[in-house]
Amino acid sequence: MSRLLAIIMAVITGVLIAAGVAPTRQKEKTTSPEGTVRAFYDRVRADDYQGAYALIAPSSNVDFATAHRDIAGRDGSLKTLSQLQNADTRVIANHGNEALVRASLEWRTAVGELFENKDLKLVNDNGNWQIVWPKRHEQNLAPQVIPVNYLRWDIIHSDSEANEWGAQNAESPHVRITSMNAVESEGKVIILGELVNEDTVPGYVDVQGILIGKNDEQLGEETSFDKISHVLLPKEVTPFRIDFDGVHLNQVKKVTLNPTSILVPASADPVIGVLHQQLEKTDSGHTLLKGELMNQSGQLVNIPQVLATYYDNAGKVIWISDGYVDQALRPQIPIPFAVTVNDDIAPKVHSYRVVVNHYVMDRSTA
Amino acid sequence: MRHKTTISVLVCVLGAVGFAADMRLPDKAVAGQSVAIGTSGSGEATLYVVGPGTAIKRQIKLGDDVQLKGEELRNSGYYQIAIKGGADVSKELYVAPAAAEKINFLARPSRVPVGQPKVIAGTAFVFDQFENLVTAPTPVTFELSVPGAPAKVERLTAKNGVSYLQTGSGTKAGPGQFTVRVGDNSVRRVVEETASEPCNLRFKLHKEKEGLIATTDPVRDCSGNAVPDGTIVTFISAEPGKGRSTVDARVKKGIARAVLPPVPGATISVASGVVLGNEVRWGGGE
Repeated sequence: MSRLLAIIMAVITGVLIAAGVAPTRQKEKTTSPEGTVRAFYDRVRADDYQGAYALIAPSSNVDFATAHRDIAGRDGSLKTLSQLQNADTRVIANHGNEALVRASLEWRTAVGELFENKDLKLVNDNGNWQIVWPKRHEQNLAPQVIPVNYLRWDIIHSDSEANEWGAQNAESPHVRITSMNAVESEGKVIILGELVNEDTVPGYVDVQGILIGKNDEQLGEETSFDKISHVLLPKEVTPFRIDFDGVHLNQVKKVTLNPTSILVPASADPVIGVLHQQLEKTDSGHTLLKGELMNQSGQLVNIPQVLATYYDNAGKVIWISDGYVDQALRPQIPIPFAVTVNDDIAPKVHSYRVVVNHYVMDRSTA
Repeated sequence: MRHKTTISVLVCVLGAVGFAADMRLPDKAVAGQSVAIGTSGSGEATLYVVGPGTAIKRQIKLGDDVQLKGEELRNSGYYQIAIKGGADVSKELYVAPAAAEKINFLARPSRVPVGQPKVIAGTAFVFDQFENLVTAPTPVTFELSVPGAPAKVERLTAKNGVSYLQTGSGTKAGPGQFTVRVGDNSVRRVVEETASEPCNLRFKLHKEKEGLIATTDPVRDCSGNAVPDGTIVTFISAEPGKGRSTVDARVKKGIARAVLPPVPGATISVASGVVLGNEVRWGGGE
């Protein structure tokens, strides 16, 4: 009797353990459109792309590799380096056997969160909802050879051991801050401005800002970090923005800005056009600066970053916003971008200027 | 007994006279050249030579000349020479720098725009072969030349071993050869004279399959120097409505070229740094 009891207990324990460790997908409810989308992104979050692909309706006519590229990015873009953090779903429409669900996705990247809205169509297949994966009409460039005769600057530094005292070295490029403005927004003091490389050589630039208080005490010291285009070619102008959290403008007596520049090897490629830039109001009343980026070179740009400078009618810099584009810039193919404009600032914007920072992973030919 | 005492005193006095030492230093001593120091007296003594970076101790015989070798007097400056033994004697010898043979040349900056006054500085330090600063007045010649332009020559005299020249940049861009010459010795530095801000920036438009092609005329400064390749030239296309497109083109072989979207009625302008160029209206003529 006790032996039978032991066997029963062992079986029950095994069943419970199996239930506990069983893949979560079995608990997922694909019996509702929202549940299917949630299950889909749960699997994406768990890097189970095969599992996620299983929730795509066969009628989508999309192979796994294409779906994986669509979800997780391609060409070394920012998306390929990100991790899905959160997915909120909301049913937009439900017509019995068809539904539309909006997924608001939050991706975690090395440069902060990346937000994406995806409207997914679903179909009901015998009580199970499946995602009809949207076909992306990607432009493909015809195979061709793009001659790239870009400029490159190399530097030969002074060999301090071989040279006598007084021998000169190549100087750092001369840079100048052409405008500066301090504003208070979102509970912090933000220093905005522009910097120009006045020299004939490229430079790596940065701006350090120091806030001095009413009693000559130092309130904060920050740098422009990624809110600047660090490599400046001759006569190139970059915006810069330095944020000081927890400081109010009425505490500040003085702002000290220290621009630094270092002579660095650089390449004049790639050239990125910023096309059809336009300020637009969203349905929720916010202002967006939208446009397209066009890589006019033959080289792939993995991670583009848009830096936008906004001016008032007196030409003063009143705001700088930035945004990373989650797609790589393939040659000659326009990619849309959008950056937000602070709601308080938007009515005062008279003109704006957009520059593009770029990060290229493979510089083997450079 | 009285004679014995007198003789003893005489011996002592004569003995003392025999040990009395003196030395004769040369009127002029030059770094790296040997020097003879004359001594008088008799007997053994110790010679001490203490000078800049030098300390020598040597046993000598009074009455003989003492030779200090050239390599012992390489550093110019004041030397204390002392003889110890019997009566102590100490004198000072000044060792002057040798002839100018080496120049250290500081030229600043390494790059400078053309047409700027008092922007180039050259400082020459004149040394002898033993790295002593030559303090005697020395003729120094500065020469600044850019290929294709007449050279600027300035003849100055170094004071206390230093000669300084401040001059402006010329009107022709190029690698300026900044040379300083002392006697047969010269040192060369390169001061790159670069084109200044672009002047009279102009561009033309034409349409091609890939879009609207904006091409500048050769981009030059007001002195006619071509701006360096790589200089950023920004094309701005203000499209009807509120849209606009911008391309930061790089000057290549003196010309900047960009591809813009062909939007009818767009007004296209060009700028480089803080300099604005012409405007062209696409579809409406300039």
